[in-house]
Amino acid sequence: MGKLVEIRWHGRGGQGAKTASLLLADAAFNTGKYIQGFPEYGPERMGAPITAYNRISDDKIRIHSNIYEPDYVVVVDETLLTVIDVTSGLKETGAIIINTDKAPEDVKKHLKGYKGKVCTVDARKISEDVLGKYFPNTPMLGAVVKVSNVMGEDEFMKDAKESFAHKFATKPEVIEGNMKAIQRAMQEVKGI
Amino acid sequence: MAIRERLSGNEAIAVAMKQINPDVVAAFPITPSTEIPQYFSQFVSNGAVQTEFVPVESEHSAMSACIGAQAAGGRTMTATSANGLALMWEMLYIASSSRLPVTLACVNRALSGPLNIHNDHSDSMGARDSGWIQLYSENNQEAYDNFIQAVRIGEHKDVVLPVMVCQDGFITSHAVENLDLLEDEKVKAFVGEYNPEHYLLNTKEQIAVGPLDLPNYFFEHRRQQAQAMMNAKQVILDVAKEFEKVTGRKYDLFEEYKLSDAEIAIVIINSTAGTAKTVVDELREKGIKAGLLKIRVFRPFPQEEMVAALKHVKALAVMDKAEAFSGVGGPLFADVKAALYGVADGIKVINYIYGLGGRDVKADNIELVYNELQNIVKTGQIGETYRYVGVRE
Repeated sequence: MGKLVEIRWHGRGGQGAKTASLLLADAAFNTGKYIQGFPEYGPERMGAPITAYNRISDDKIRIHSNIYEPDYVVVVDETLLTVIDVTSGLKETGAIIINTDKAPEDVKKHLKGYKGKVCTVDARKISEDVLGKYFPNTPMLGAVVKVSNVMGEDEFMKDAKESFAHKFATKPEVIEGNMKAIQRAMQEVKGI
Repeated sequence: MAIRERLSGNEAIAVAMKQINPDVVAAFPITPSTEIPQYFSQFVSNGAVQTEFVPVESEHSAMSACIGAQAAGGRTMTATSANGLALMWEMLYIASSSRLPVTLACVNRALSGPLNIHNDHSDSMGARDSGWIQLYSENNQEAYDNFIQAVRIGEHKDVVLPVMVCQDGFITSHAVENLDLLEDEKVKAFVGEYNPEHYLLNTKEQIAVGPLDLPNYFFEHRRQQAQAMMNAKQVILDVAKEFEKVTGRKYDLFEEYKLSDAEIAIVIINSTAGTAKTVVDELREKGIKAGLLKIRVFRPFPQEEMVAALKHVKALAVMDKAEAFSGVGGPLFADVKAALYGVADGIKVINYIYGLGGRDVKADNIELVYNELQNIVKTGQIGETYRYVGVRE
């Protein structure tokens, strides 16, 4: 039985957490894995907290429920730390990855004594530097691949480029920026 | 060679529709099935299909347009959910009694009210007496495979009935998963040309569709329609065999999972079957003889086959993702109990209503059901038969 990795994404409507979960599913699929990528649908509006999920496995995935004991949690918007119990059920052998300009030890006070790995990455700065706009989801995607090791970095970069080429077929100018955002997030994520 | 893909359940159905390339698709959008006509209309605009796409103004009109087009001699399809299916209600009966093999993708959603967009089976369960064949799908692969087979089943000369292919709204319709697609030409060859025996545009044979049917003939027509539904069982099995030859994927009236030596078992429909299989595996590791029967074909109801598969079980829980307000249990429970009556009376059968309106069904919920079944076997006491799991009260 191959290892099943479960990831939960917390973001706000419009930040692309759902898209990020689908891009991660895509990339893992391209490396030969079985995947699931699905959002939890609620009232869909800009700014509302949303949750999305990934399962990645070497074996066929049969379970069809939400994820309650994730291996990794990705927080795309740090204002959610005081609103949502982001570490709920999170395995201590896993990690939480937060989009913030703060160091890991500075956000720990919001994590209810979570004993696992705490990682931070400044996705806002990276996104604004390389894309000129605030799209935190692709830097977060890079950070989660780096921290979780669900696939090899080189393999992931190659697949991400193909996924972007497909997703941004009508605006190829953003592909390079997104690839840079992923690369920088992989280098800059703290707390590994 | 199969095409390894990852698609949502809705995309999988839209791709199947594209590969089938029907004559007419008429649809009105409703969550969570909206993406099916949305994707399909792109295929139409891009010239990937030759289908006449009719963006009607309601689901009643969608089914009416399908009926008209199918009666004219075309292969027609639609997709809907919940209140959309409810608005088709009147026309569902017209399609089946006029013997028009329309194919419908039903993305299961709770029927309002209170207003809810999430999954349960109250929509298609409510339509169970409408004369449509009903196939259910655990995951995206099954939704795709069932949809392709549905065309052949409905159009078969011994059947000539409409077919509804159901999957769980959001849970599979909006979840991206791995699946294997067939090549376009293989789907084309599998479904073949639609050559109805009688159709309105046939200038050599003048016929009427849907005229007044008074006491002199109505009863005979109903009898023939009931016979067609009975005939469907064998056709479903034959089509499944042929499908297996092309894909290697095996389909039956229902799936038995670790059932042959099971002492306790559940009967379940759609996506939760997958979650329940993981629970069965865990229980088996502890030496508990748990099993599962997953319904694929609900109409026609596979009564004899189901009795044969379940008769050795000591305690059984029938899982209903719909409340029928009978005061004594859900619709699947009623059918399963009726099937067992007089032929397998020793089995202790209970009912669970679960997952209504999108309440997430966790492995823990299913484990609780198996624990209760173990208690029943141990104590011999069945207790209350009409139960709920996962509800706050």
